This record gives sequence, structure tokens and C-alpha cells, in this order.
Amino acid sequence: MIEFQDVYKAFGDKPVLQGLSLKVRDAETVVIIGYSGTGKSVALKHIVGLLHPDAGDVIVDGQAVSTLDRDGLTALREGIGYVFQFAALFDSLTVAENLALGLRRRRVSPEEIEDRVREALALVDLSGTEERMPAELSGGMRKRVGIARAIALRPRYILYDEPTTGLDPVTSAVIDRLMVRTREHLGVTGVVVTHDMRSAYTVGDRIAMLYDGRIRQVGTVSEIQETEDSVVRQFIEGRPE
Amino acid sequence: MIDVIGRRAIASIEAVGRVGHFVMDMVRALPDVRTWARPAVVQMRRIGVDSIPVTLFIAAFTGVVLALQASYTFTGAVPLYFVGTLVGKTMMLELGPVICGLALAGRVGASMAAELGTMKVTEQVDALETLAYDPQSYLVLPRVIAGTVMFPMIIAFAMATGIVTGWLTSLALLDLSTPDFLKGLKLFYRFKDVWFGLFKSATFGFTITGVGCIVGLATRGGAEGVGKSTTRAVVYSAVLILLLDAFWAVVLL
Repeated sequence: MIEFQDVYKAFGDKPVLQGLSLKVRDAETVVIIGYSGTGKSVALKHIVGLLHPDAGDVIVDGQAVSTLDRDGLTALREGIGYVFQFAALFDSLTVAENLALGLRRRRVSPEEIEDRVREALALVDLSGTEERMPAELSGGMRKRVGIARAIALRPRYILYDEPTTGLDPVTSAVIDRLMVRTREHLGVTGVVVTHDMRSAYTVGDRIAMLYDGRIRQVGTVSEIQETEDSVVRQFIEGRPE
Repeated sequence: MIDVIGRRAIASIEAVGRVGHFVMDMVRALPDVRTWARPAVVQMRRIGVDSIPVTLFIAAFTGVVLALQASYTFTGAVPLYFVGTLVGKTMMLELGPVICGLALAGRVGASMAAELGTMKVTEQVDALETLAYDPQSYLVLPRVIAGTVMFPMIIAFAMATGIVTGWLTSLALLDLSTPDFLKGLKLFYRFKDVWFGLFKSATFGFTITGVGCIVGLATRGGAEGVGKSTTRAVVYSAVLILLLDAFWAVVLL
């Protein structure tokens, strides 16, 4: 389980998270929605200890992330897959090497690495791209490789940072289907950060809206769709005012 | 005014603190040989082998100019075989390490800052961390170790090249015979000349790669930030090379 406990975070004098509290239960996918710049990605980075809260804490499997030393953090990260907004593939490595890097760290045998790379690429419909460089891939393919890199680790949790941003509707639908397939096949717990409502409705078990640094409303897809909260309504309907 | 001075003072203290942390983190990452060994070999080729052409080119022309200027300076007053002394001593003690160090600050330091800066702004460094790698072990240590080990080797080739081109210039243009050039070369030679130059080169290698990594990993913003980091890495490295050069001259000579 992942739990944000009254998390505060500011950059300089600009507060971003102001008392964020949210629970993500095992095997569910929670989608965090919200306006650009409201701290959705910042919240996600707290889960893997890339950022530390000014106050409050993030609890993952009963451990407070900010109290972990480097070894503890390494152990925590070995159970988490992270899909970055722009994929963050390593430019100098081939697709297969990108996927293998995290597995090598986990001391997986070379034969198993080969199997897992093949399997993960097949799951994202990118079989045969093993030897291609990231620069040779389209934006959608890069995102799918990013997802494959996370899947190959067989993590307990997968965190998706804006997985469909900047993609055409068809590719976005492919990515959505992939996230659903990943949850169904691997049973992982997921946190998805997005402002793409179609994607949120497709992949989320629950949706939480981040507004003014804290959760404005959290509920199932139908609860959010039927909300009477004016701020949430305006966001999900995409109304300018 | 006081506000500006205060802010600059705090920024300077923070910078010193960052360097201290950086060195401590590097020491902490040292036992993680499994992570840094393989990338270190790759970096040794990139920093060492790939830098040889530019370094030898610079050293070759430095040797030619040294021989000609020595002969111009000595004319009539000092025996010409001292050209060998001056070429040898200068290439080993000063110009080999410093000129090549400055050139490599541009080639190695800039490319390192640009590469790590790009990795930073495109979240590749964060991705590395989420894959449970320590960037200090995987990115920094291989580069710093490669720089510290390979710089003395490159500079050794540069010293030899400068001396050879100085000798060839003396033969071709200065009417100096090989025995005379060798006599001058051996005249005040001490083994310390070589190890001093090579030791200095190792410290330059450590500094250039360390600065490239620190500046690269501190990059913020997009392409503009990467550009600024690249410039900063070259300027800081060049300044530090000259300061270190003076420091070692005071301490070791």
C-alpha cells in the first residue's frame, strides 16, 4: 500500500503540496488528475524518494520513504517501476539494453534477462525493436518502451507520469489498453498522473483530483463523473470557466 | 548591496558544501565495483584513446615552437645544445601537462557536462535512480576514475611527441646534431621531472572530470541550461588547472 500522510513540499517560496493525503490500496490503480503545475509529478517522485517532503511522509509497504538510507531506498526502488513523461530512455543504449539495465542491477541471470526483455516488448507490441536506438523510435513507441522497461522488472507498483500526454488519440488508446493489460496480467498496484480524462476513466479504479496542493475529491470513476463539486466538474468537463 | 553580498556568500558556502558532498558520495560509492567497473572501461576509451589525436597534434606543434624559440633566445649567448634541455624540461614539467590539460578541459570536460546535463534535464538521471542505480556509482565514478588514470598516459605520449618534434625541428632547421640534442636533453634531467608532470596530469584529470560531472548533474532547465553548464565546466576546469599548476609548483618543486 502507498499512503501520502499530510505531505507538504515547496520549491523556494512556491508551495506545491500543502497537506496531500491519499491512500492507494494494493492491486488498484489510482489516477491523480489536476491542472498543469499543481504538483502531480512532484507527488509521484515522493513515492520513490526522488524528492523528500518538507513535512509529512509517504509510506510504502509500511516504510516511511524519507527515513530510508541509500540501501533502504535501493530495496524500495527494486519493487517499483516508473514510467516517465517523456520516457527517459537512455540515449546511448539500445532498446534491449534499456530494458536489461534495471534487471542486471537486480542480479537476474543473462538468460532470464533475455527472456524478460522479449516478453516485455511483446506485451507492448514492440517485438523486433531490441537493437534499435531510442532516437529511431516515434514518441508513442518510446513511451511503450518506457512501459516495457517498467514491466520487465516485474514490480509490485508501477507509477505512470503523464503516459498519454502529447500522443495522438489512437496511440493514447493503445497506451491506455496497455496499462489496463499490465494491471490485469501482472496484478500490480498503479498510480497514474494525468490530465487526460479519457485515459483516467479507462485505466482508473479510483480517481483523485489534486487542487491547491491537496486532494480535492477522491472516488470511483462513476463518483467522479457524477460529482457536484464545481472545481472537479469544471476540470473533468474541460470548461474554461 | 549587503543583501547581494550576503546571498553571494551563502551561494559560495553552498558550492563548497556541494563539492564536499560530491567527494564524500564518490568515496561512499567506491566499494560498488560491480556497478562502476564496466562503464569505467568505456570511459577510459572515450577519455583516453579518443583524446590521443588532438593531444598529440597540440604536443607536436608545441615541441616545434619550443625548439625554434629556444634557439632564437639562445643565439650567441648560450650553447645551442641547451635547446634539448629546454624542450625536454618544458614539455615534461609544464607545457605537456598544462597545454594538453587545457585542451582536454574543452574536449572532455565540456562533453561530460553536456552529456550529464542532457541526461539530467531529460530525467535520465532520475530514471537511473528509479532502476535502483546510484548515479554516483554509475555515472560519476567511472568518469572520474577514467580521467585520473588516463590523463597521465595521454600526457606521457604528449611529452614524448613534443620532445621528438623538438628534436626533428632541431635537426632540420637549427643545424643541431642528434648527439648534441640528446646531450642537452640529459644535462639537467631528473626522474622527478617525469613523475611531477604525470602526477600533475592525474590531478588535472581528476579535476576536469569531477567538474564536468558536478556541473553536468547540477544542470537545470532545457537546452539553455545544458549550454550554460558546458561553458561553466570549461571555464571552471581551466581556472582550476592553472591554480593547481601553481599549487603543485609551490608544494612539490
